[in-house]
Amino acid sequence: MTPAKTIVLGIGNILLSDEGVGVRAIEALHEHFEIPADVEVIDGGTSAMELLDDLSHAKLLIVVDALKAGRPPGSIVRLSGDEVPVFFRSKLSPHQIGLSDVLATLELLGEAPRETIIVGIQPATLTLGMEISNEVKAMLPEVIRLVVADLRHHGFEPQPRKALAV
Amino acid sequence: MSKRITIDPITRIEGHLRVDCEVDGGKVTKAWVSGQMWRGVEQILLGRDPRDAWAITQRICGVCTTVHAIASVRAVENALQLEVPLNAQYIRNLMILAHAVHDHIVHFYHLSALDWVDVVSALKADPDKAAALGESLSSWHLNGKHEMRAVHERLSGYVKTGQLGIFTNGYWGHPAMKLSPEVNLLATAHYLQALEVQRKANKIVAILGSKTPHIQNVAVGGVANPLDTNSQSVLTIERLLAIKGWIDELADFVKNVYLVDVAAVGAFYADWTKVGAGCLNYLAVPDIPLDSKGTQFAMPGGYIAGGNFASFKPIKSFGDQYWRDGVAESVKHSWYRGGKGALHPYQGETQPEYTDFKDDGKYSWVKSPTFYGKPAQVGPLARVLCMYLAGHEPTKKYATQTLETVSALAKTKVGLEAMHSTIGRHAARAISCAVQVDLLAQQWQALIDNIGKGDLKTFNKPTFPKGEQMGVGFHEAPRGVLSHWVVIDDGKIKNYQCVVPTTWNAAPRNDKDEAGPYEVSLLGTPVANAELPLEILRTVHSFDPCLACAVHIADIETRNTHTVKVV
Repeated sequence: MTPAKTIVLGIGNILLSDEGVGVRAIEALHEHFEIPADVEVIDGGTSAMELLDDLSHAKLLIVVDALKAGRPPGSIVRLSGDEVPVFFRSKLSPHQIGLSDVLATLELLGEAPRETIIVGIQPATLTLGMEISNEVKAMLPEVIRLVVADLRHHGFEPQPRKALAV
Repeated sequence: MSKRITIDPITRIEGHLRVDCEVDGGKVTKAWVSGQMWRGVEQILLGRDPRDAWAITQRICGVCTTVHAIASVRAVENALQLEVPLNAQYIRNLMILAHAVHDHIVHFYHLSALDWVDVVSALKADPDKAAALGESLSSWHLNGKHEMRAVHERLSGYVKTGQLGIFTNGYWGHPAMKLSPEVNLLATAHYLQALEVQRKANKIVAILGSKTPHIQNVAVGGVANPLDTNSQSVLTIERLLAIKGWIDELADFVKNVYLVDVAAVGAFYADWTKVGAGCLNYLAVPDIPLDSKGTQFAMPGGYIAGGNFASFKPIKSFGDQYWRDGVAESVKHSWYRGGKGALHPYQGETQPEYTDFKDDGKYSWVKSPTFYGKPAQVGPLARVLCMYLAGHEPTKKYATQTLETVSALAKTKVGLEAMHSTIGRHAARAISCAVQVDLLAQQWQALIDNIGKGDLKTFNKPTFPKGEQMGVGFHEAPRGVLSHWVVIDDGKIKNYQCVVPTTWNAAPRNDKDEAGPYEVSLLGTPVANAELPLEILRTVHSFDPCLACAVHIADIETRNTHTVKVV
């Protein structure tokens, strides 16, 4: 069996502006931090079953995604523990076989992540385009800080490459 | 008294699809299929470098990343008349085939088998009897008592937790579910085994493509995989040998489990060979190019008009005029600005114009493509029929073998004409998968042999002349004909249109008000209970719909809004 992994997964569609914020966040994470070799950072795009192998037997899974939580654009929501299953149960996704199904499948196989944390950002716009909105872009440093804090809490030491600036 | 059923969204598919049916006397008498998401990603490409288009188009969809990358580079290569080195063709072919095998296995077991297999009923099975049945059908090593008992125990434990998880929302206990508990247990065991085996196909794509889910090795003019048999950092013999091992495991599963299961489901649900035929115009393009120009292919393609096998006309090369001149798209019933009639993709426009859902007007975000003015069904069924009629021996072998197994199990002669049906589409997908898994091994050998000859070339550099060039890249993707159409002006993209497989099949009515393939296939489908329209899902799922061309955003504002509305 593969040793338990730690994964930071960014998901979303980068063709639809803020929809792709999860992917943009992990790009920014790479840009600002040297990530330890035993942490995998994955650009999941809008994939599902293709991620099954990547996500199996994870010790810790941190998902960064756009999240409609009815809050002002750029708001950040961090969910962990019992809040995570609720998030997936109520997830309304036009991708009927999205990440929630990959995780449910891993559950069936007994290979689900031991711990899952969701970092969500409320989008300002989902219009066609490859740039994210200024409101959401301004919050990327905060998103990265949260992810890095969670990694540190789990014993990893991402090394800053350059200062986080808004 | 006719009833109107609206299913919105259809579950266990990619993307957002709405289906409306009028049901009279227990059968569907009228149907509308509506794509509920706007896909205008082509707009993003305007003005960009054609060499970057593939990386952007593979973000259109979460499932079909690889296929859009392939169709895109082929379109630009076609516009430039650029040849592709043999090694690059072989490496692309390996990725295409591994992706197809992955996709077909996942579709059958994880997206559509639950329309036919009652997982909850499997709990009532005698595992030893299920094993005896499995062993009578196939020599697969995981059909034994030990395995069936283990699966039964695992499933019981899972269901006992009260959380059906991945199995929630199934139509368990529905009167249209006909399999015995033992068959249901055997199929559930294969569902779990398929989850394991599909990973191997994905690994092949990952190793060749440098990364999944988005491959990184494709380029206009070839692939970016440096070939060096001595270096550790590139595609080494060691990695190629690992790939061969996974190909062999996939072949074992596809031939000894998938093909057998499809034949068994076909035999136990023999009624469904008479349901869901729909549009009998079939279109498939040739694929798996064997030369640098794209004039010879391992998988033939062509067009069949009106289900008349004698009418088969082949499509022969990437430059085929019969193909290129036949395609047009109508927006008369789609939420786009129209008024110009059906347009060829080079002249295609994608300007949204939303109205409400109008039965006789506009009702879908999907355009309506036609081939010489006619709607056409694409996908594994079209592919298998075209390959069969082109005299493709491997296709004939697996088709004959499958139909013989169905005939033996159903105790009645089942011929090729039974393929025009809901269950026929599943059978065709399995037959196609068997052909493709064999080709995977052949293309692997071809790559090894070519490297052995000392040919390490993988890339021809493209050059963009001044002025305008037009090109089409086609690909016989898992769901059928995919084409990207590009107009380049002074080295920049001037127009770009993707005509995707689900657009052909999920098309709304066209310029002449003729219904699209899903819509026609639903006519006559029996519906036992309008509140639980499992039968409609069976036919729609048999096409393997994929409309995931837009958002996937998470939403904690709303609860699950899946509805079946009966008026």
